[in-house]
Order: sequence, then structure tokens, then C-alpha cells
Amino acid sequence: MIGADLIIKSLEQEGVEVVFGYPGVAICPFFNSMTNSTIRPVLIRTEQNAAHAANGLARVTGKVGVCAVTSGPGATNLITGIATAFADSIPLVCITGQVDSSLLGSDVFQEADITGAAESFVKYSYLVRDAEDIPRIFKEAFYIASTGRKGPVLIDIPIDVQNQSVGKFKYPEEVKMRTYKPTVKGNIVQIRKVARELAKAKRPVICAGGGVFLADAQKELISFAEQYQLPVVSTMMGIGSLPSEHPLYIGMVGNNGNGYANRAIKESDLLIMVGARVADRAVNRPDLILRDKVLVHIDVDPCEIGKNAGPTIPLVGDAKYIFEDLCKEEVECDHHVWLETLRLYKETMAPKPKMDNPYVDPRRFIRMLSQKMDDDGIYVADVGQNQIWSCHNHVVKKGRFLTSGGMGTMGYSLPAAMGAKIGCPDRQVVAVCGDGAFQMSMMELATMVQHGVEVKMVILKNGMLGMVREYQHTTYKDNYVVVDLSGSPDFGKLAEAYGIDFIRVENMEQAEAGIDQFLKTKGSVLMECLIDPMDLVK
Amino acid sequence: MKRIYSVLVENRSGVLCKVAGLFSRRNFNIDSLVVGETDDSAVSCMTIVSSGDRRTIEQIEKQLNKKLDVIKVNTFEEEHSISRELMLVKVKYNKGNRKDIMEVCKMMNMENQHAFVVDFSKTHMLIQVCDIPERTQLFLKMLQGISIVEVARTGTVALKKCCETK
Repeated sequence: MIGADLIIKSLEQEGVEVVFGYPGVAICPFFNSMTNSTIRPVLIRTEQNAAHAANGLARVTGKVGVCAVTSGPGATNLITGIATAFADSIPLVCITGQVDSSLLGSDVFQEADITGAAESFVKYSYLVRDAEDIPRIFKEAFYIASTGRKGPVLIDIPIDVQNQSVGKFKYPEEVKMRTYKPTVKGNIVQIRKVARELAKAKRPVICAGGGVFLADAQKELISFAEQYQLPVVSTMMGIGSLPSEHPLYIGMVGNNGNGYANRAIKESDLLIMVGARVADRAVNRPDLILRDKVLVHIDVDPCEIGKNAGPTIPLVGDAKYIFEDLCKEEVECDHHVWLETLRLYKETMAPKPKMDNPYVDPRRFIRMLSQKMDDDGIYVADVGQNQIWSCHNHVVKKGRFLTSGGMGTMGYSLPAAMGAKIGCPDRQVVAVCGDGAFQMSMMELATMVQHGVEVKMVILKNGMLGMVREYQHTTYKDNYVVVDLSGSPDFGKLAEAYGIDFIRVENMEQAEAGIDQFLKTKGSVLMECLIDPMDLVK
Repeated sequence: MKRIYSVLVENRSGVLCKVAGLFSRRNFNIDSLVVGETDDSAVSCMTIVSSGDRRTIEQIEKQLNKKLDVIKVNTFEEEHSISRELMLVKVKYNKGNRKDIMEVCKMMNMENQHAFVVDFSKTHMLIQVCDIPERTQLFLKMLQGISIVEVARTGTVALKKCCETK
């Protein structure tokens, strides 16, 4: 037995079924050892997407996503994917091959100091020096990635360590780390304080972030909100934590959010932030938030509390347990006047759909698409105008809404959707992107074909990098620079080249039939929608 | 506000880099950073002096605690600690200024022996100063005008005072 066998056996012990990867000499022993394993390798077309695919899989299955690439450029290409997962606290174990340990530091072919380079984007990293440490390191890595504030863990393994002869495989039963003990249960004194504020509050609001999903606390959030009749707004990462049409759900906050959701936060006297950073994109001037309200900040990572704002009551712990404890407090409260006010805001402030758009109107289109999608369908939005339109118009029923919220990585949707589909093969997966983001990841069409992964893709095509164009419209008086996407391929011919079905929708009259055919089609399918190049999200 | 962080870390390669990297990435100041092994060879102690507003100081402690190689973080203000800095100063001397130099050393030694001449030649002398960081700075200031050839300082090492340790 060699080190590489220990890696595969460790992954098997962790219940890993799929590894997204790209080989090279330095990771060859690892892939070679996979031959007789139940673990399936999926050959991705560029390394960054291996991390995005693992990210998509992790988010829909709740398991740790795994990717493996070679040393040097393979490893450095992976960094954007690692950083994307880090920004959204997605649990990944990223394995990189490394040059022979006797050559480390001598700048040999395909050597990169990846643990050094990725340091600020990983929760933790290892450079394995002795193959005997592999079982312990993998046990720790999966534990670190999937507990506390989740995140990517990098394991860099020199080729000689992968080839090192070792004794018997013995996987540790538990993790022994004196430096890592994440808090799970919330402090009961703090929870009582929150309950007291809840009893006093006239205009309370819950703001749910991505942490609600990471704690698998959607059910508990709904129980908590329903029990005390508390309105819920969400950050971009928190979309879907409450079904979009739930009577207590108001909308998304932030500088790209719904006006009425922002107004709810602004006018609230008690704001309960859960699993959210209170970052600049979600809250305008976080430093001023405490002027007129009580801020309760719930997060599993103590660092997030007080980093950007307040709080009045810090509450460290896992959202699932904290909601459960809060439900037990049995506070008397009646918020129907406040809820009525918010309902009125939503009714009067919601933008009216424009019916005269000669192109496909992305707002109505996305609404129609998401209404026709399966109830538990997974919708992956990319980055750009398509992301904002998706946030505002996608209706989450029992499914999930995935996007790269923290890092805003273009090209995320295709590989993440692919990973989500591999993680949940029975669920419908739709990726929506612009023609810019699509061209950042379109090499993955080959991966979908090769591995029979069924992803339904929508390109909202405007021939522009729309979000930047919009910024240049508002900030640089329509001086459009490097945003023209002329030279893009004929997407119909491209789909044909890959043997993928193609649908083109040019206006709203064709939308419904197009969507029906799109969702009905077996196998991967690409739908191109022509949208107004001058359309704005604001 | 100034703060001293006495940080116990796992004595592994790359840990210094991770901790120092945290300070640069998060835009925290480092006034000084000293690392050395403790009585347990598996554990190192880093003494970091930093400054910032209340929120920054709190964030530094939290972020340090979040690092998986950090075992324990002790935070204290200067007045609650015993702190020392070791400094070596090489000066060029002559008949004219030798007495002045010795005078400065003598002033440093009013209460305790803090400044010594530890090496010398016909033209140069090497003075060792071990004192609270403020006074090592003062010593350097006193020698300005006299030709200082080289200076090497350790930065601050500090521990909480005995009466404040539970």
C-alpha cells in the first residue's frame, strides 16, 4: 500500500462518491489509486471549475465537496474556486499534487507554493510530509471543512509522499485538535436577552443570510418566524431560506435589493441578523445601524460579530440550535400592524412589469421559468445583471437558489449547476447566466456530455458585459469601454457542435413555448434569450 | 490604543507566516512581533504589539483565536504587563564623546543595570540595553548626534504581571 491508497481509503471513509479533478504528473498516483475504488472521478475542463462543481455539490447535498488537481498551474488555477467557496463558507476539501518533497523550494517544473498562495482563502491548509499522517490529516480536514463556520481546506501532497510505502490503513475515529472547538449551542443568557427584546419590539425583522443553509436551519427559521409572526428579509445568500411566496417573506435587502425589504430594515426597531456578514453589499452604512434599533447578531463565527456593525446582543452559535432555543422561550407578541405595513410597502413599492419590451424581458421571463420549474428544482444564477434579475424574480418553492454571493465569481453557474446535478441527480437543475459568464465556463459543455450530466442552461444574451455597461452608464456618462462582446460564437452552432439541444427565444411571445420545451427536453439543453442590451437592473 | 497580544501557537513550520499574513490581509498594524519557543517545545509564544481603535483591537483578538494553529491568546495593556526589549547599539567613539556616551549609559542605570558596554575596540563600542520599550527608544534618542553605526532591536516581549494572573 502507498500514500495515494491511504488518500482514497480516507475519502471512502468520509463517504465521498465523486471527485472533480484534472490530472497532471504530480497527482497521478492519486488518480491511479482511484481505479479500484467506488469513487468516481469527473474530468473537468479547467481547474477553477473543479472547485465550483464541488461547491455546487456541497451546497445541495450538505456534504463536503472534493476536488483534486495537479501541482503548479493546476493548483494556481484552482485558487479562484477556493476563494469563491471561502467567501460563501462552502465546505470543500481541495487536494493538490506537489513536486517531490526533496525538490520543494527549488523552482522545478510545475512547482508552486500553493499553501502559501492560498493561505488567505482557506480555512486551513496542510502540506503533507509523511504519508503515515494522511488518515489523520484527512479526518481533520473533513471535520474542519464541515463544522463551525464551514469553508475550504487545502491538502497539498508531494508526489513522493503519494508514492511512499505505508503500513496498514487505520482511520482515526475522532479528531483530536486542541486549537479547534467550534461553538454550537448559543449562550442561554444571551438567548433570554433576545427573548426580552422580542417581547419589547414593535417592528422586529429577521435578516437571514447564507448561514441559515449552512446550519441546515431552514425549518427552524420558519418555525421561529411563524411562532412569533416575524417578517423575514434575506441577503442574496439567504434567498430561499424562506419560500419566496411565504406570507412572512418580504424580499432581498442590499444595494441591489428590493426597496421594500430595505425599508423594512430601516424602519425596524429590532433587527435579528442570522448567518450574515452585515457587509457593505447588504447594508448601507453598517456603522450607523445601531442609531435607532437593537441589533441581535447570530453567527457561528465570533469574528463576524462586531466586525462590520454593532451589535447590541452578540449571540455565537449554530442557527439551528439557537432558533430551537428561541422557540422555547414563548414570548408574547403581536406584530400584525407591522406586518400589514410591510405588506403594503411590498404592494405599492414593487416595480410594475414593463410590457412593451420588444425583446425578452428578463424579469417576466425568469418569473415564468421559475414558476414552471419543479417545486424542488435547483436554480443557479451567475454573476452580473442576470444575478440581480434572478434574485428579484426567481420564485423559490421547495428548491434552492445558488449563486456566488461573496466573491461574485463570473462563470460560476455552469460548473456549480453541474456539481449540483451530480449531487442530486433526481432534481431539476437550471443555470442562468449572461453571454459574458457563459463564455468563461462554456468549455464545461464537454464535461456535461462526457459524464451525461443534465444541466438546463439559459443565456440571457445582450452582447454586452451588462453589469459593467450599466455602471459605465451611470458613472461614466455612457462611455462604454471593454464591455462589447462582439466576436461571440453562434451559440446554436456551439450547442450543435457539442450535440446539445438548442432553443432560441427572441421575444416574450415565444417565451412560454420556449420554456416548456426547455424544461421538457431530456439531457442538457441550451436556451438563448435575446434581451435588450440597454436594459438596466435599477 | 496600544495592545499586547501574547499568543501561544503550535510550533510548526509556516505558523509565523500565517499569523503575520493575517495582520497584513486584515490591515492590522504590527508595532513589533517576537517569536520564541516556550517550556514546551511543541508550543511557541508570539508577542505581538499592535494598535488601533476599539473594534480593531477586538477583531485582532478574535481573528487570532480563529486561526487553527493558535492555542491561546492573552491580551493586555502595557501597564498590566512586564515588558522588555533588548537592543544592541554599535557607536563610533573618540576622545571627545566617550564621556558623553558613558554618561548616557549611567543615566540609564540609575535604578537598575540596563545598559552595558559588551564589546569594544579602539574606535567602536557595542552597548547592550535591556529595558522597557519606551526607555530603549529614549536611549537611542539620547545617542543621536553621536555616530550610531548599527542598531538591532528584538521588539517587545511581555507577560501579564503576576498579581493579574489568575
